[in-house]
Amino acid sequence: MSEEFEIAIVGSGPSGLSAAARAAQKEISHILLETTDHASDTIYKFQKRKFVMATPDVMPLRSDTSFAAGTREEILEKWDEEIEHQKVNISYNSEVTGISGEKGNFTLEVKGGRTIKANHVVLSIGMQGNLRKLDVDGDDWEYVQYQLDDPEEYEDETIIVVGAGDAAIENAIALAAQNRVALVNRKGEFARIKAGNLTLVTEAIDSGLIECYYNATTSRISPGEIVLKTPDGETTVPCDRIIARLGAMAPRRFVESCGIKFTSDEPSALPELSERYESSVPGLYVVGALAGYPLIKLAMNQGYEVVETISGNEISPADEPLLEEKFAALHGRGVNEVLKEIQENVPLLSHMSALQFREFMIDSAVHLAKPGDVIFKRNEYTNSVFSVVDGRVNVQINAEDDNELVELKNGSFFGEMGLIAGRRRTATVVAKTECFLVETPRRAMLKLISSVPGAKKVLDTAAIYRQIQTHLTPNIEKELLKEIVDTATIESVSAGEKLISEGDESDHMFIIRAGSMTVSKVIGGRSVILSYIPSGNYVGEMALLNNEPRSASVTATVASEVIKIDAVAFRELLGRENELKQVIEEKFQDRIVENLETEDRPEAGDIIDFLVGQGVGEASDVLLIDESLCVRCDNCEKACAETHGGISRLNREAGPTFENLHVPTSCRHCEHPHCMSDCPADAIHRAQDGEVFIDDKCIGCGNCVNNCPYGVIQLAYPPAKKPGLWSWLLFGSGPGPGQDKTNTTKVEGARSVAAKCDMCKDIEGGASCVSACPTGAAIRVNPEEFLSITNLAKSS
Amino acid sequence: MHDGFLTYANSRYLKLAAAVCLTSIVAYILYEPVDEHNGGTVLGYILGTVGALLIFWLTWLGIRKRKYGGHFRLTGWVSAHVYLGLSLIVVATLHTGFQFDWNLHTLAYALMIIVIVSGIFGIYAYARYPKLVSANRRGASLDDLLTQIGDIDRESRQLAVGLPDEVSSLILKSCEETAIGGSIFRILSGKAVNCPSDNAFAKLRGLVSSVDQEHVLNTRKLLVLTGKKCGLLGTVRRDIQLKALMDIWLRVHVPVTVALLIALTAHIISVFYYW
Repeated sequence: MSEEFEIAIVGSGPSGLSAAARAAQKEISHILLETTDHASDTIYKFQKRKFVMATPDVMPLRSDTSFAAGTREEILEKWDEEIEHQKVNISYNSEVTGISGEKGNFTLEVKGGRTIKANHVVLSIGMQGNLRKLDVDGDDWEYVQYQLDDPEEYEDETIIVVGAGDAAIENAIALAAQNRVALVNRKGEFARIKAGNLTLVTEAIDSGLIECYYNATTSRISPGEIVLKTPDGETTVPCDRIIARLGAMAPRRFVESCGIKFTSDEPSALPELSERYESSVPGLYVVGALAGYPLIKLAMNQGYEVVETISGNEISPADEPLLEEKFAALHGRGVNEVLKEIQENVPLLSHMSALQFREFMIDSAVHLAKPGDVIFKRNEYTNSVFSVVDGRVNVQINAEDDNELVELKNGSFFGEMGLIAGRRRTATVVAKTECFLVETPRRAMLKLISSVPGAKKVLDTAAIYRQIQTHLTPNIEKELLKEIVDTATIESVSAGEKLISEGDESDHMFIIRAGSMTVSKVIGGRSVILSYIPSGNYVGEMALLNNEPRSASVTATVASEVIKIDAVAFRELLGRENELKQVIEEKFQDRIVENLETEDRPEAGDIIDFLVGQGVGEASDVLLIDESLCVRCDNCEKACAETHGGISRLNREAGPTFENLHVPTSCRHCEHPHCMSDCPADAIHRAQDGEVFIDDKCIGCGNCVNNCPYGVIQLAYPPAKKPGLWSWLLFGSGPGPGQDKTNTTKVEGARSVAAKCDMCKDIEGGASCVSACPTGAAIRVNPEEFLSITNLAKSS
Repeated sequence: MHDGFLTYANSRYLKLAAAVCLTSIVAYILYEPVDEHNGGTVLGYILGTVGALLIFWLTWLGIRKRKYGGHFRLTGWVSAHVYLGLSLIVVATLHTGFQFDWNLHTLAYALMIIVIVSGIFGIYAYARYPKLVSANRRGASLDDLLTQIGDIDRESRQLAVGLPDEVSSLILKSCEETAIGGSIFRILSGKAVNCPSDNAFAKLRGLVSSVDQEHVLNTRKLLVLTGKKCGLLGTVRRDIQLKALMDIWLRVHVPVTVALLIALTAHIISVFYYW
């Protein structure tokens, strides 16, 4: 004899619980089935006393179950209380092993032989039953684990925590109380975690409590040690225990056995769902983490919504007002209609689940452009990515000729090159017709790339084609490039890693799409740097043209990305395209001449080497001082302070010197700014002309100060009031021009905020350090000009 | 793309100043005064006006360089200041018609020459010393050097504990009484007279062979440390000497300029008053 219900809810996590509470409230017959003997096992398994956050802050909670940020214990206790109080029909120790049937007549098999009949099923089983593994050699070592119940069980151990998600961070911080802990982060920043965790982990890393390996992946494990691949090469770290928190995957086999289809074959793919969370099986709904949304508050909202939907109430999602406001300019069209149009039209955005996409759109902006409107200009430094939902835009690909256009239709996207290389826009984009565009900021874009592999693939494929076309073959038809593009791959190179070794056989050429390289050659037994190559250029073509071994080595100055192009395909293209061959030959000749010139003055190579060592390899604009002209008057510092409210962002004397070239402590305006990588207030931006600046949203947390490898950011209190020139001159009031106005004491009510060079972006006439230099010693240079700087060595 | 103040904008102001000088000289040769060449002739008035305007404009640099930001290059101003300032030698001298006497007018001229001569030293200093500063410091900053000296002092004090008095008193004196800088003459000399660190170094050499065997090792370590400190002190003293040399001429140039402005104003008023 089976039991019958209107709704059967599988899994008592936040979404399932919220759904059951809603059903109980509406007096709908329901059953909440839970495998374990307690509710909400995922939260239950959280670290003891874990502080659970209620993000995203902007989103309202809509549920009969209460939830606010608090400790694991507080939340679970409250929920248990509410389950009883609200008469939620929960059945513990009831693992569902199969779901079959159709809307109005589902049968759920429960372990132990119990069967349950239900008209509707809500699947809210989450993903924690199916954890992602390290999958490297040696991961069967007995001290490799994927869960951490109580951090206090461990004491005085060296523990490596792999992962950069919230779980990894929380484990690492808790373990660090009585262990030595190192984090292994695959990325250079913590892009996907909650703001609160970001602050905590940054503080812990800054204070030295936790060590962090950025851009590092696990290479292999042997008992007692882990080998990491880092941008500086492989390092071996001895450890007593490895805790890998790599997230979880959908329990696909079970879900598919219920008849539910997935969006793709990708391991990280999610079930195919309607906006109302209905799966490909009518009447069977999926909510919570399995639906693609792991945040508690959102999952709870979904639980509420799904029961409303089942009982026939059309309710709009809780974030609806936010999107309505965003889409207000679109002549009152419905939110769902707009969202659908965007996702249907733009393949790049189609890989996101409906929920991910809603969040993505909350971060993005929509624009309606008129024909002729300039979307962005060549050489601007903005780094948002645009998607064309409707209409056409023209890309002006030739700097000399505005009429040389490439047309992009609806469904395409542009602006990704600035995002990838961290450099200036390579083209101007103008609306051709009326356009409906979605503009996504860098942060949301990075999140999309890191969390949705399908989107990354779309972006990479298009980027390869565009980068090859822009940097190598501007005048070649798309079809002719097919073979080259198809065989091209994207590879990352760590700082200091050799991309090409002198003397090797050559079978590839490379386009540098992010980072920069130096070309060096062994001359007289010593490696001499011949040139510096910023991103947007290609290397390795010399040997291909001549079919000879590599004539020089190419080494990455910073963590870089290259497009690897197959020699055979490239030679074939050259065989067909005479004009291209000529262009490449010409550039090749230029390089030979350039290299010969540098060989004549090896000191130029030493200067490049020195500058690269000072981070100039990732700089977009750097202040240099020619010490043979510098009279040490510090007028540059004074000018900086005078034009920036009394606080100089420049320390002339600090910083290294090579021959007569001095690199003062001043912002390099990095291509991928380290300071930007975890600003919780999102206060650091790149202006149109490339200036990396901090706006007044700064909360003074100091993350950027610690993240800057060049020590050019400081926390400062607002300076003392500046008197007028004459009142200073005649009456001696206040600190005079160029005099130190730093407040050494805390001003009442003031708080310290981060101050750094903004390249005088708001000041007419450009950088005031340079304009105020009496002898012309201070100069600002960008990567393209480095070689000319080496002339300083010649003249001195 | 990279010009010093002497070659700024293709030596634009050198050319301008040369043109001013040449024009003045040619005019002076071609012009035949009724009486004799002096400040009172037509050409004398013209040259005087040009000279006075130049002086006021050149002085304005002091204000201009303190107005930061905006479309200007201070390097350009300095370049013009240097060359047009030099051209004053020709313009003002021709203005005098070589008539000098013990009066206010010649005082203004003399003050101007002092200002220009100090400025010429300034050009020399700006052209020569920056490279010497870099060469002397070998990439270290002054703070680095002072920190190193501080570290050596701390280490020396620790080593000196338990060593014979004759050794430890030398070290104590070296740590506590070594002075950097002092009077302007001391700074400009770049040397120290009777520097306790130099003394300690000289005396320690002898003491290494005369102290008890158990103290030889530490005394020798102190000798090395003190020697290193003396080297660093030499670098620091040379550094502040060179910086002082780059700065000292301004202590003449600026006050005398103020005196010149007063004398020049008096000169102009008196000339018109006694017309």
